[in-house]
Amino acid sequence: MATTPTSSTPSAPPPKTNRIGLSVVDYKGGKTTLCAGCGHNAISERILEAMYEMGVKPERVAKLSGIGCSSKSPAYFMSRSHSFNAVHGRMPSVATGAVLANRSLLALGVSGDGDTASIGMGQFVHLMRRNLPIIYIIEDNGVYGLTKGQFSATADLGSKLKTGVINDLPPIDTCALAIELGATFVGRSFSGDKKQLSAMMKAALAHNGTVMLDVISPCVTFNDHEGSTKSYKYMKDHDEPIHDVNFVPFFEDIAVDYEPGSTTEVTMHDGSRLRLRKLEEDYDPTNRIGAMTRLHEAHEKGEVLTGVFYVNTQKPNFLDLLNLTDAPLATLPESLTRPPKSALDTVMEELT
Amino acid sequence: MATVDIAPQAGQKRPGGKPVINDFSIQVATVNGSGSQTANMVLLRTIFQMGVPVSGKNLFPSNIAGLPTWFTIRASKDGYIARKKEIDFLVCMNPETAEEDVMTLAAGGAVLYDEPLGLNKLRRDLTFYAVPYDKLVAAVCPDAKLRKLVRNMIYVGVVGYLLSLDMAEVEKALRKQFKKKVKAADLNWGAAKAGYDYAAASLTKADPFKVERMNENQGKIIIDGNAAAALGCMFAGCTVVTWYPITPSSSLCEQLIDYMKRFRIGPDGKATFAIVQAEDELAAIGMVLGAGWAGARSMTSTAGPGISLMSEFAGLGYYAEIPGVIWNIERVGPSTGLPTRTSQGDVISTAFLSHGDTKHIMLFPGSVAECFTMAGEAFDLAEKFQTPIFVMSDLDLGMNNWMSDPFPYPTKPIARGKVLTKEDLDRLGSFARYKDVDGDGIGYRTLPGTDHPAASYFTRGSGHNENARYSERPDDYQNNLDRLNHKFETARSFVPKPEKVAEGTSNIGIICYGTSHWAVFESRDQLKKEYGVQTDYLRLRAYPFNRDVHEFVEKHERVYVVEQNRDAQMLSLLKLDLPADKVTRLRSVRHYNGLPIDARSVTDEIISQEGK
Repeated sequence: MATTPTSSTPSAPPPKTNRIGLSVVDYKGGKTTLCAGCGHNAISERILEAMYEMGVKPERVAKLSGIGCSSKSPAYFMSRSHSFNAVHGRMPSVATGAVLANRSLLALGVSGDGDTASIGMGQFVHLMRRNLPIIYIIEDNGVYGLTKGQFSATADLGSKLKTGVINDLPPIDTCALAIELGATFVGRSFSGDKKQLSAMMKAALAHNGTVMLDVISPCVTFNDHEGSTKSYKYMKDHDEPIHDVNFVPFFEDIAVDYEPGSTTEVTMHDGSRLRLRKLEEDYDPTNRIGAMTRLHEAHEKGEVLTGVFYVNTQKPNFLDLLNLTDAPLATLPESLTRPPKSALDTVMEELT
Repeated sequence: MATVDIAPQAGQKRPGGKPVINDFSIQVATVNGSGSQTANMVLLRTIFQMGVPVSGKNLFPSNIAGLPTWFTIRASKDGYIARKKEIDFLVCMNPETAEEDVMTLAAGGAVLYDEPLGLNKLRRDLTFYAVPYDKLVAAVCPDAKLRKLVRNMIYVGVVGYLLSLDMAEVEKALRKQFKKKVKAADLNWGAAKAGYDYAAASLTKADPFKVERMNENQGKIIIDGNAAAALGCMFAGCTVVTWYPITPSSSLCEQLIDYMKRFRIGPDGKATFAIVQAEDELAAIGMVLGAGWAGARSMTSTAGPGISLMSEFAGLGYYAEIPGVIWNIERVGPSTGLPTRTSQGDVISTAFLSHGDTKHIMLFPGSVAECFTMAGEAFDLAEKFQTPIFVMSDLDLGMNNWMSDPFPYPTKPIARGKVLTKEDLDRLGSFARYKDVDGDGIGYRTLPGTDHPAASYFTRGSGHNENARYSERPDDYQNNLDRLNHKFETARSFVPKPEKVAEGTSNIGIICYGTSHWAVFESRDQLKKEYGVQTDYLRLRAYPFNRDVHEFVEKHERVYVVEQNRDAQMLSLLKLDLPADKVTRLRSVRHYNGLPIDARSVTDEIISQEGK
């Protein structure tokens, strides 16, 4: 709907627009109130850019979140999208209801490791099982930021808080869990890896099922010190991309040659292509059991694997299972939602 | 385990020998999982078909099979269909409870028992009829495996003889019960006939109870409250249903699933609804609010323990102003309580469900017809007031079969409340989600997906200003909370009005709600006929209270608030709402042992408090 504005400065070029005629400005949100250097701010930027580059209409997007620093972030991008900051750990159910009511919405769920992996663990499990069309992002820093720095359930065994407290419980690997439960696009990235996260976000937008992205997102205030396994330094030293992630949207007609055998290419539902270029190992992202095994191995070795661990474009999503009509339920006319009098008469007759 | 809460030899005396026509209660004591429900329904339907007002109440254990269960049928020419305290006619099919059951009968009653039990030795003031069930069932049912299920149908035939039931109606009811299963119907009809023939040949009628044809049930239906609610929701245009199984609520959504599959498949062969069995009640209510936020008519159904779980989300729905309908089919609490017994014990907790200053609109259906009509009203109110609406049914209403006139097809167009469309925004330019534009406390909302750059707003459970922006400002917070209160006050005039059954005849008033109506209806007649006490009567149908309720209290010196909970919960809500000087007029009549309230208990309590 936006048109390229005419500039008052004589020689300034008009802002770039995407394939639906919107500029990056149309995707911006409010000013962030998160700490300077917070990983979540970078993730917000990647989301914004991905939406812009893929030409997603902001009005189509429903931003859902729980409670926490990460859950605040939807206010800082895409103000033209409706947003619902729900209650702690229960965003999956709200998102499910919203998508059921209007299947044309593009649901983006932003959560944190605190919001998801403890109080939210139950709803997370069932969201993954259902394969609801949604992009679910965990902005993962190993702590509860908003309540000032307690360990979360993704904190690694032996990692240390600033106060010296050591975590003595094993972490939950939300990626392995998501794959186990039935999510059809599962990956991990790092807020500091612009290229990888950007490609994964765009691929997520092309997927038609549950996308689960665990994005390591350092908390500069409470968990970016020596002893943390979710700090900028630790990620720099231990981030092991399992492949090089590239994405070609369906509307870009780019013919890129690649050596056969070195790249796995997955065609997404909308025709876009996800390209995973081999780095050190042969990794098959369509092999579910292989993915889980590899993630377990990574734990043993102390590696932080990143990349697209698993993708399945064939599995029916939750809406398919429900045989839902195509038009949004929310705005169906009365002629379709209120059966005729003859229907009531029939039932009454059966009950006499 | 006693099912009747009186001592033997108490209760009404019957004049010797005079027939008692269309005025008795039959209790069938059986074992659950034994096919007793089918036989019970045949008996109920037969009396119904003969035109006599009748009710059936199932007293079942929290168990799947093997424990005692009682089914009580009450036939009443006067239309008294509340539970009757006294049992007149006992059918003993469960040896485990037989003795205790017999001891709880009123004098002058009758007992139909399995011959080997020898129950006639227990009392001298009852009429006993012995029936050799095992012998009779073996003769009509060659397949030994089916005998356990067919056995119960024999008593239907025996009762048919003793009560002078029209056996043609028995057969009609039986075949209706078995629907397309003709072989099973034939087998069972054989059993019923065998019972009748045995009784005709071997029993001598010595009790006064009899059924004679009447004409009270023309055009009426039999349905349970949960099925009625399900129909109401479907015809109200509900599109998103979420649920978690819990007694006594499950059958509401299960029946809704069946109705939707029959009547709500669109011309494209796809569903115009989504029904999700959620992983728990927290998820169920979360989905309801997510769907309501996105513009669908959404609902869930649960009972007390589920309502407790929904507390946090209920507050979010109230504060962020999101529509949704929640059915509470009340059962006995606290905690797990008595899952298969009835109560009205969630009134206070639901009225204020959640932390902080929260108040919810509640509807109180008193009949299956109101389960149907209040479904529509609930969705209209939810979308008008942009808030969760709680419909407070109970186990007695929801799971028992009640007679009713057929339900009226809803003719009022479905009203979706204040929703701004793209065209509205083109015209207005902008809007403020929580601004009281019209003076009724209700703002305007937009739905996610609306194709206009000014449509979006941020929904949150944290403090917000009129523009839905995050705010910690004292004035923003207080103004918002006051507006919510103002919205609640506005609701007084829009929620279902109380039913003023009688007024201006007395200085004593009775207030009740829900299924207590049937006991109060009968009690008022007892009070008048037996004690000369005249009463006015108002039946509450919603909270917040309509002005009529205040006026009713004002016009009476003493107002008895009748309810089925220990802590006089509705009376407490009235206390909070009425001016101080009117509060002293309220008196409490409570019934809370898990059995449906009966008229005699109400009458006795009122008489006692009246000092008569």
